[in-house]
Amino acid sequence: MTIPPSPLTEDMTTTGTPLVTYLLRLADDNVILSQRLGEYISRAPDLEEDLAVANIALDHIGVAQHLYTYAGEVEGNGRGEDDFAFGRTERQFTNALLVEQPHDGFGDLMARQFFFDAYQVELWAALARSSDERLAGIAAKALKEARYHLRHSSSWLVRLGDGTERSHRRMQRSVDALWRFTGELFEADVIDRDLAAAGVAIDPASLRLAWDATVSEVLAKATLQRPDDPYQSTGGRLGVHSEHLGHLLAEMQWMQRTYPDLAW
Amino acid sequence: MVMTVTIEDLLAEVVDPEIPVLSIADLGILRGASIGEDGAITVTITPTYSGCPAMGVIEEDIVSALQAAGYDRVVVETTFSPAWTTDWMGDEAKGKLREYGIAPPDEVDATPQPVLCPQCSAAETRLVAEFGSTACKAFMVCSSCGEPFDHFKAI
Repeated sequence: MTIPPSPLTEDMTTTGTPLVTYLLRLADDNVILSQRLGEYISRAPDLEEDLAVANIALDHIGVAQHLYTYAGEVEGNGRGEDDFAFGRTERQFTNALLVEQPHDGFGDLMARQFFFDAYQVELWAALARSSDERLAGIAAKALKEARYHLRHSSSWLVRLGDGTERSHRRMQRSVDALWRFTGELFEADVIDRDLAAAGVAIDPASLRLAWDATVSEVLAKATLQRPDDPYQSTGGRLGVHSEHLGHLLAEMQWMQRTYPDLAW
Repeated sequence: MVMTVTIEDLLAEVVDPEIPVLSIADLGILRGASIGEDGAITVTITPTYSGCPAMGVIEEDIVSALQAAGYDRVVVETTFSPAWTTDWMGDEAKGKLREYGIAPPDEVDATPQPVLCPQCSAAETRLVAEFGSTACKAFMVCSSCGEPFDHFKAI
């Protein structure tokens, strides 16, 4: 009897050149996070925050759109933003596990956003100097937005962490729960390293120090404990996700799956 | 006398659908326009924010403004570099914003100054929310006249 290869060891994510794979990773992070943020619109603590969540989600969608379009052009098979966002399966998405994590309350939403914002500010600042002009342009634009996002999420961490006894407890719980998904953001594989050597990408490991400094500073200001849990989850960049991504995609892709190529 | 309407004039009529007192030239969204040897016009624009939902409408408005003047072949290209900045907005554009009720952005590198209320010019204003009705604006309120207003963020 021959046992077919496990879908968990088969790499379904590398579809094209290293650049395409790299661009899709960046784009997937943004589209999945935007979907998570979108879920929260109308549930934020106040109307202003609903608007903020919607605006931040929109920024992430915009970045994803530009990266998908570019990836499609590099790939040269006629695929575009909608094909990448709505036409790929769970195993073909290469977002980091952090962005697909569900939220049980506003504290989770902000902790996830804060960890990711602190990472993206460093990422875009580095990629704005990429030798790939198109990527550098997208990054320079995204950097301005990410700085705003970070300011916003940091202020909520401080407000809730250094708030009431209850808000402090809940914020700490969110920070602790999401901590194990932060390490993956800084993992580098051969694609990152090769493209970094060519001046196109950045080795994510090199962003760690600055991220650490931002996180420590804001957590201290928020009177929150910095978790020291050494256990870290990984797999997102290879398409091996937590159970939550499938459910997210089912909702996000439902319309296009039901009515393929539907357009406004 | 022959009146010449330039492509520039035609494009100056295209406004931002969300801030209709400003043209795409005022905002710095319009980066250039050229006519090819075959008569096709290429217009280059840049997005204000990555996810600005107005870009699609602006593209359509550019095409229809030029087609109405007889230019059939119009290509709109998007450029990301250099990244859009509110510093491209001139004093005239900032004045129009203020009149419209939106506090204009400061220079990006300027020392932070209090945002003046576009209604009563008081400096006693406070931030209500970092994100207002659109991504490019913050929501503020004037402590002097009590009016809420949008502030165009400097980026």
